[in-house]
Amino acid sequence: MSEAGTPEAPSGLAGSTPQETGAGDGALVKVRDLVKHFPITRGIIFQRKVGAVRAVDGVSFEIKRGETLGLVGETGCGKSTTARLVTRLLDATSGLVSFDGQDITRVKGGRLKAVRREMQMVFQDPYSSLNPRKTIGSIIAEPFAIHGLLPDKGERKREVQRLMEIVGLNPEHYNRYPHEFSGGQRQRIGVARALALKPKLLVADEPVSALDVSIQAQVLNLLRDLQRQFGLTVVFIAHDLSVVRHMCDRVAVMYLGKVVEIGGGDELYGFPRHPYTGALLAAVPVADPTRHGEKRRVLGGDVPSPANPPSGCRFHTRCPKAQDICATQEPVLEDKGSGTQAACHFPLTREELADMGVKTRA
Amino acid sequence: MSAVGEPLLRVEDLRVEFPSEDGIVHAVDGITYQVFPGKTLGIVGESGSGKTVSSLTTLGLTRRQGAKVSGRILFEGRDLVTLPEDQLRSIRGNDIAMIFQDPLSSLHPLYKVGKQLVEAVLAHKDVSKAAARERAVELLGLVGIPDPARRVDQFPHEFSGGMRQRVMIAMALANDPKLLIADEPTTALDVTVQAQILALMERLQRELNMAIVIITHDLGVVAEMADDIAVMYAGRIVETASARQVFAAPEHPYTWGLLKSIPRLDGSRDEDLVPIPGTPPSLIRPPSGCHFHPRCPYSQPDHARIDPLLEPVAGEPDHHVACLLSSEDRRRLWAELQRGLKPDEALAAAGLPEAPA
Repeated sequence: MSEAGTPEAPSGLAGSTPQETGAGDGALVKVRDLVKHFPITRGIIFQRKVGAVRAVDGVSFEIKRGETLGLVGETGCGKSTTARLVTRLLDATSGLVSFDGQDITRVKGGRLKAVRREMQMVFQDPYSSLNPRKTIGSIIAEPFAIHGLLPDKGERKREVQRLMEIVGLNPEHYNRYPHEFSGGQRQRIGVARALALKPKLLVADEPVSALDVSIQAQVLNLLRDLQRQFGLTVVFIAHDLSVVRHMCDRVAVMYLGKVVEIGGGDELYGFPRHPYTGALLAAVPVADPTRHGEKRRVLGGDVPSPANPPSGCRFHTRCPKAQDICATQEPVLEDKGSGTQAACHFPLTREELADMGVKTRA
Repeated sequence: MSAVGEPLLRVEDLRVEFPSEDGIVHAVDGITYQVFPGKTLGIVGESGSGKTVSSLTTLGLTRRQGAKVSGRILFEGRDLVTLPEDQLRSIRGNDIAMIFQDPLSSLHPLYKVGKQLVEAVLAHKDVSKAAARERAVELLGLVGIPDPARRVDQFPHEFSGGMRQRVMIAMALANDPKLLIADEPTTALDVTVQAQILALMERLQRELNMAIVIITHDLGVVAEMADDIAVMYAGRIVETASARQVFAAPEHPYTWGLLKSIPRLDGSRDEDLVPIPGTPPSLIRPPSGCHFHPRCPYSQPDHARIDPLLEPVAGEPDHHVACLLSSEDRRRLWAELQRGLKPDEALAAAGLPEAPA
């Protein structure tokens, strides 16, 4: 990605200088109008661009220091892509990512490496995210090796063992290989590796989806403890809405590359305003058989292709409340007076939510 | 279990063992359950608890893997364990159908969806190709795929995940099965699609009076679908009852652990989840005594010696549990847990000696 031809220069962030965005308002991460289009090409030698998958298409949010932000939505809604843009594992097509007061959208080389030290990821699959040929001691020490820290072997080993203890692994298992560990323990290894460099931001992409329920609770409790203990800022991606509710202070609901609703966990779950948020909550199976047989409204259809998203509000093709305006005019994300911001022309009312089988709270 | 007439499927003391390099794997270790026509049995448990193996064995699908099977699987009076392969083949995909977790790997990527459906029909019915194709279109319509006449000529990659699972269900329904075994049918799907698939299965069950065995680790899904529930741990059923009883008055500490370890949409955020400590046990050398005792916060010294039997709960004839704690202790413990106490606090409050470390 070259500096030239990017629609927004770093200084485009409302005229603020890096110093200003850093300290004052407590936001660690700021994302403005972030866009990521993946080109669709035809041809083998001469690749013509015939379209683009609009994976992330104009997303803005902030993450405060010490806060856990949840990203939810169906497969293909762009939540993982957004996280990868924030951590600079992908380069944005346009838009701006600022981290700790510094515009990192286009940083390269040594500066990028320095930024990456501050942000770490925990991945979904604890089986494929650990190198099977390395001992877990060297897996957890890898970040130190990359950044040339703790060159003294003994010191490095002590630090790794300390990390293992923090995440609830037996430090004596330093020389074992990943296959000797269960899924939950492997995920702990992944967490220890992510914590090694004392990052400011931890991005957890579906960290418990591959785990059994009993083990899932162990890892969720661990992440919550660590977040409190180290004051970590966390981006938590999951498709399980109950898990997100449990883990996150604020939640952003994404649909086809857009944030359709964002707000505090209590507000968003207590009184969701966007019909898509309502539909997601209505779809969660409730572990209560006395409610068995209650008629729930099931959201019909599939997510449209992100290569050719619907006009206007992207949800209008599946929305039970859609009217003509929804197909022509894209709603903006704005405060709907109940604590959340939603992008909808006709936000849900409490009566409608009750009809959908979603309980609201004052 | 809510007995209405004769069970369609009755599994009696089923054991399945696999030889392995490290020793014999006791995948299923003596389980008994029954399924009634038009009813749904939910089998719940962690990976490796034997829930999938028991169902595969019902269809004879573990035979080729060198499994040693004992016990009986009675389906309409015939024992599927000893039934010759050719007769079993006439039942499999016909009277008993199965849908699997991953719809993408269960469909052949190089054949059109229609051809795969036609194959399922022709395997058991002596009809013309044209009639089978008509049936394929009808089936796609039945499971709610729009424009089935066009879709029938498409390939699996042209279908979304939810649509593929619908195709799998259509294929399972091809010959109007009496029993449908659904192994984690919605695990790979988004919540909205999951809700669609579950609603579809319920509708088809009503219309066709099928019995369903749904295997899942998701307690929300069983609460929604199942009439009866069997909780499996380390190859055994540790608790079985109606869905209502399991959620309202669970008796086994493992069931408590499952219920307390899931975050709830309406729960308080400040409450910590209560995980089940440890990891699932080895099925080659399962723990002595009660298989759950190494992970059970309430286990007593003799629980490592005595193997509990699945016995009826006092006053609830349809509710069975395999636990060595007395039923008074269990009720006290569950009441304390419901008040929000942690397992060790509940143990103290119920006046029981602390579990040995």
